[in-house]
Amino acid sequence: MNPIQHLNKVFDNRIRLGIMSALMVNDEINFNDLKELLQITDGNLASHIKGLEESGYIKVLKGFIGRKTNTTYTTTKVGEKAFKQHIEALEKMINSTK
Amino acid sequence: MNITNQEHQEDLHHIKQMMERSSRFISLSGLSGIAAGSCALVGAYFAYDVISTSRGNILKTLDTTIYETSKTGNVSIESFMGNRLFVIAVVTFIASFLLSFLFTYLRSKKTNTPLWGSTSKRLFVNVMIPMIAGGIYLLKLIENEAYGLIAPGCLIFYGLALVNASKYTLGEVRYLGYCQIALGLINLWFVGFGLYFWAIGFGILHILYGMYMWNKYERE
Repeated sequence: MNPIQHLNKVFDNRIRLGIMSALMVNDEINFNDLKELLQITDGNLASHIKGLEESGYIKVLKGFIGRKTNTTYTTTKVGEKAFKQHIEALEKMINSTK
Repeated sequence: MNITNQEHQEDLHHIKQMMERSSRFISLSGLSGIAAGSCALVGAYFAYDVISTSRGNILKTLDTTIYETSKTGNVSIESFMGNRLFVIAVVTFIASFLLSFLFTYLRSKKTNTPLWGSTSKRLFVNVMIPMIAGGIYLLKLIENEAYGLIAPGCLIFYGLALVNASKYTLGEVRYLGYCQIALGLINLWFVGFGLYFWAIGFGILHILYGMYMWNKYERE
């Protein structure tokens, strides 16, 4: 079986890969922390978050800190599974060409 | 084929890096360890000076203390010696804190991570839990005049704080923590040599750790 078909198109981008990686090891992360981590603009981050959200891989949690809104993100079960499969596929492809 | 292979490897590297950076505070500088260790050694030297001179003067002090105590009712050898040791301890703590803060601040500029972000906050909280509990315990030891157990207590609680912290910063901190705990436990059987153990733990181990970390992560 060709492992290339397990590579997920959604993760074919460094920023989306970065967002997923960070969310995998944290319960939830807010917008500003993600922005700082990835060193990108608001608009750029927002569009990639939207992409991941539409794929059903992450979900948005809206909360409050005092009166300010605090929007955080977390992975879904589907997203975690897809991301793990993507990593496995990457590893397999590296091993097969060694 | 080789180009895509390299890309995949870079992807995996990127994933690992993002996982690390988002969950651990990686800007802790080795130079901070060296600076804190040096401050501790200088502090220990001054403390040794105070202890050895007051031992020499103990009879003289005793005379005047008894005299003064009978007069004022609140001067003791402990407070005479303790006050100066306390000042040395506070100055040592502030100096080492400021210097290690400085080097870590410079490092955070280089790694482009915020000094007070979610990872450093998490690190801070997890360091402070054993430290505050330990601090209260040590104050009780002083109150009960169990001075010989203070140095081992410092080392043990500090070691526990480091082991706890290692999940939220560079993982090597864990081994520094193990060494501090071991040193503190050994010290329990050598009460009276606390200052030497204290100087080894807070001075020499910090310097060795700092040099190792600087060599591993920061040397260019």
